Amino acid sequence: MNLLEFLEKDSRLTEKELAAMCEKEEGDIRTLIDKYERSGIILGYKTVIDWDKAGREYVDALIELKVVPQRDYGFDELAGRISNYPEVKDVFLMSGGFDIAVMLEGKTMREVALFVAEKLAVMDSVTSTSTHFVLRKYKSDGIVYKAPKEDERGNCN
Amino acid sequence: MINYENVLSQRTVGIKPSGIRKFFDLLDGMDDVISLTVGQPDFVTPWHIREKAIRSIEDGKTYYTANGGMPALREAIAGYLGRRFSLFYDGDNEIIVTVGGSEAIDLAMRAIIDPGDEVIIPMPSYVCYEPMTQLLGAVPVIINTKNENAFKLTAEELKAAITPKTKALILPFPNNPTGAVMDAEDLKAIAEVLKDTDIVVISDEIYAELTYGKRHVSIASLEGMRERTILVSGVSKAYAMTGWRLGYIAAPKEITKQMLKIHQYAIMCAPTASQFAALEAFNNADEDIEYMRAQYNRRRIMLLEGLETIGMPCFEPKGAFYVFPQIACSDKMTSEEFCNRLLYENSLAIVPGTAFGDCGEGFARISYAYSVKHISSALERLEDFVKKIKK
Repeated sequence: MNLLEFLEKDSRLTEKELAAMCEKEEGDIRTLIDKYERSGIILGYKTVIDWDKAGREYVDALIELKVVPQRDYGFDELAGRISNYPEVKDVFLMSGGFDIAVMLEGKTMREVALFVAEKLAVMDSVTSTSTHFVLRKYKSDGIVYKAPKEDERGNCN
Repeated sequence: MINYENVLSQRTVGIKPSGIRKFFDLLDGMDDVISLTVGQPDFVTPWHIREKAIRSIEDGKTYYTANGGMPALREAIAGYLGRRFSLFYDGDNEIIVTVGGSEAIDLAMRAIIDPGDEVIIPMPSYVCYEPMTQLLGAVPVIINTKNENAFKLTAEELKAAITPKTKALILPFPNNPTGAVMDAEDLKAIAEVLKDTDIVVISDEIYAELTYGKRHVSIASLEGMRERTILVSGVSKAYAMTGWRLGYIAAPKEITKQMLKIHQYAIMCAPTASQFAALEAFNNADEDIEYMRAQYNRRRIMLLEGLETIGMPCFEPKGAFYVFPQIACSDKMTSEEFCNRLLYENSLAIVPGTAFGDCGEGFARISYAYSVKHISSALERLEDFVKKIKK
């Protein structure tokens, strides 16, 4: 694994730890991360939180959009506009039965439904929407939703 | 009332309890301890290996196999040994699948040792060889390997330990607890000493896949040594499969035939689901080994650098997943005192070198079968402690 792969798994590793894992000097790690950040290869750092456990009321939804691509811009302009909404978590251009997938977070189902009806459905090039609510998360961003494991290995030799 | 003193075997009662156990008992029930004591991988067995075992259970393969192990598995082990270590054994007559490397060691010793025989055991080493020898009524002859020799066994030390009664040499490399390895040149010198004798080498190569730098060389691959070597190994360390209890033994058929008798009476056969898992491991998991070895190597380098910064001198161990530094102290503290104080005062557990033989005095075993994060927090605690005692 290289630096980016290690960071993708755990962005809180210190430069010292990363240096050990990548067999590089700490200074090189700093330079590389700096370079990746400036060039937009590293786009940001975030934390995966089990909000159910933290007690927050929320609802996630996947919205499928069918879209008429716009002349000159294709799908990019619409995708860009959708991405501007802070409640939108992911926007993907898809192959298959629909065109754009939007992952959305709202406080309630009603809030999500209203967002779809008032913000997405009314956009010029959107021809139809289909909203799917997430009932339960098992794994997200590569992380399985469960209690941290203790070291259960026996001390036996 | 029954008198247990009359009941119990004197030979068994005479066996000392393992020193490492004593230290681990201290750990029980202590909170917030960071531990670098565990002698097994922190990886989970790769999924494709686990899946084969699960499938075998789903398919109802819940029977005994052939005593020596499934023919396909013995064949796979033979293929693996050829591919990875240039060792060539006949799966049908020269390989037995055992319940872990531990059973393999037991079989090897029981098949060749009679009461009164001498067994040469280099120390520090894994804790079972000496008591197993004693259980057979044989005599352990200890060779204390030295820090200045990077804890290798030298030909001179071996020569000095051989007597007309010497039956076997235990060769535990890559070594637990020191991490020492014996490379081809070192082994050639040992082979030279043994070649005109009837001394058998019991070569415990359970850590063979975990070497950093050169590939492991088995003494059995040297000229004239195959006929006098019993190779003992298993899947535990290479594939992160400790809990499966699956090992193997490879030896000339004359010895294997005798070992198989003991195995069939004492064990019957290794667990069938574990055999299916091992079959997948030997056939399709070379890449998993490489992945884990790369991870261990990074931690090894990190730990060695950390120890250097802290001021605990350590020879560079090139195998297994342990380092064996000298304990740093201004006054004369024993390994046990050092480790106990480190545990009670700074909540860090490492194993006193003396748990692996008296010659481990002045050293401690640190395992790096832990994540980089875990090791880096442990190093902080170690540094605090060493600073404090050096004042």
